[in-house]
Amino acid sequence: MLKNYFKIAIAVLKRRKFFTFISLFGISFSLTVLIVLTAFIDNGISANYPDTNRDRSLYINFVGLRKQLPNGSSNWNGSGSYYFLHHYTSMLKTPVKVAISSNTSATNTYVNNKKLVIGVKYTNDSYWDVLNYVFLEGKAFNIQQIENGDHVAVISEDLKNSYFGDVPSVVGKYIEADNVQYRISGVVKNVGVTNLYASADLYLPYTVSKGNYKDESFIGSYNAILLANSKADLPKIKREYDQLVSRISPGKDWDQLIVHADSYLETFTRQLFGGGTQRNSGFATFVWVTTAFALLFLLLPTLNLVNINTSRIMERSSEIGVRKAFGASSKTLVLQFIVENIILTFLGGFISLVLSYIILQIINNSNFLQNTALTINATVVVYAFITCLVFGFISGVYPAWRMSRLQAVDALKKV
Amino acid sequence: MIPLQNTENSNYPASSPSSTMIRLKNIEKVYRTDTVETLALNNISINILKGEFLSIMGPSGCGKSTLLNIMGLLDAPTKGEVKIDEQKTGQLSDSLLAAFRNKKLGFIFQSYHLINDLRVLDNVELPLLYRKLSAKERRRLATEALGKVGLSNRMKHFPTQLSGGQKQRVAIARAIVGRPEIILADEPTGNLDSAMGSEIMDILLNLNQTEGTTIVMVTHDENMAQKTHQLIRLFDGSQVQ
Repeated sequence: MLKNYFKIAIAVLKRRKFFTFISLFGISFSLTVLIVLTAFIDNGISANYPDTNRDRSLYINFVGLRKQLPNGSSNWNGSGSYYFLHHYTSMLKTPVKVAISSNTSATNTYVNNKKLVIGVKYTNDSYWDVLNYVFLEGKAFNIQQIENGDHVAVISEDLKNSYFGDVPSVVGKYIEADNVQYRISGVVKNVGVTNLYASADLYLPYTVSKGNYKDESFIGSYNAILLANSKADLPKIKREYDQLVSRISPGKDWDQLIVHADSYLETFTRQLFGGGTQRNSGFATFVWVTTAFALLFLLLPTLNLVNINTSRIMERSSEIGVRKAFGASSKTLVLQFIVENIILTFLGGFISLVLSYIILQIINNSNFLQNTALTINATVVVYAFITCLVFGFISGVYPAWRMSRLQAVDALKKV
Repeated sequence: MIPLQNTENSNYPASSPSSTMIRLKNIEKVYRTDTVETLALNNISINILKGEFLSIMGPSGCGKSTLLNIMGLLDAPTKGEVKIDEQKTGQLSDSLLAAFRNKKLGFIFQSYHLINDLRVLDNVELPLLYRKLSAKERRRLATEALGKVGLSNRMKHFPTQLSGGQKQRVAIARAIVGRPEIILADEPTGNLDSAMGSEIMDILLNLNQTEGTTIVMVTHDENMAQKTHQLIRLFDGSQVQ
């Protein structure tokens, strides 16, 4: 029976090539966009090198101060200062380690009188334990070197190649940035630019930064990653941190201090959908918005399919009449039609996977996102196929219902 | 035993008809639109015996096809009762009706109604799809049915590659593949030239004689009708003979 449905489905698709093209284009285009988008989101939020402990990490990347005024409020937002992050996170008992690093800032260096713009990050010593960098040579600077304010550096493989060229080893050599010489202690494998907490070319001890790391104001240019022993400890750390923050006085100029230890995804959703309130991380809103967007996006090709299928019923009335005359019940015909539709959408799904693969390869090869490899992962494929199934089902139900109401005698007369 | 009526051609003796196969009692069919009410069939009562070959004649629009559709359970009468093989059909659900049609009835249409997207063999297999049969068994039965209508060499063709006569033979193979007890043929020779028409008629007569299949045929062709056991004439929805 299924084989017969399959034959009919393929024959119908071949018969009306233009409609088939429109239907398949609608499905595959929408699914391709979703798959490529998911690949971007997936790459952005899932644990990847060197931030491989993301599922047991919490991030502090936002500090806000607020003052209620008669006609609104005054806000001061930004990253945290080194002092603020270090001072308060060191009071927490649950985290195993706390990585503190600055936002990556651009600076200039010169190779043979040619300017090279590089990203610089200042870090503490735990940074190298929390993030699992792969050292191609040498090692990270240690706590002693940090405390001494030694001019030591870890550089990326890219920087090594562009600064020194193709040489076997650069550990112990010096690199100049912003007119300061740093001795190289290690070279790490490149990090993708989408990895905000880890991507840089030159990593330096926070103590050599030109900014005053002892400044006690809350706002600065640093982020913290709190590493838990296990995923189960995360809620505990959140609670502990929230309690701690509630005891911190925002100072005489401000009414409220807003800072949270969030999961990686929450750091984005809080800023996008959280509305800056104390409690709401915006995560639920994020889920709703993305689901609604995906559904709306999929609704268009579904409606297109419903439309095409409904008009095709008239075209196929002879077949419907014959099948009814020879013993197909309305239920059987509904099933046949839904199966046909699912075959069509699966075909669209397959095309979209091929298209997505090609598009992602083009993006990866274009170096549009440096050192970032976007991939179609298994989860995305599974979701794409579930979507196809739902797609096929939904777009088949209404036309099938219309069809089943067609009387055999009327269906046969129409030809 | 109910005697045969209007058996006008003794060259084609009946295959010993006995009990009633189709019984129509006081059938009335009214088509209603918002403004007009048309009486398509008016108080028709017919008994058709098992193994009988009956033809229905009448001018266009007199209700022949409507009557055939009611016998084939493709259409419901406005009033009256349809019994097939002693089974009242009025109260059967959609799925029971479908199963009943599948088992008892085979249809042949003037315009063949073959599915052009399927090969000849798949077209003939169609009624068997709605039975619990293996693919192999379906194939065997369909091949056998095509053999009976002399189209064994056209199994892999598509309907569009066949002549009108060949298409109608495929339609006959499809109608007989499930070995139904009744075949309802709506102007089966209407679209064919006389030679082809005779060929199709011979197949039907042969089927009636050798297999004892009850056949009801709507026709415009007096010669064809004369070859059957019983002839009913309709005029403006009423039986006149």
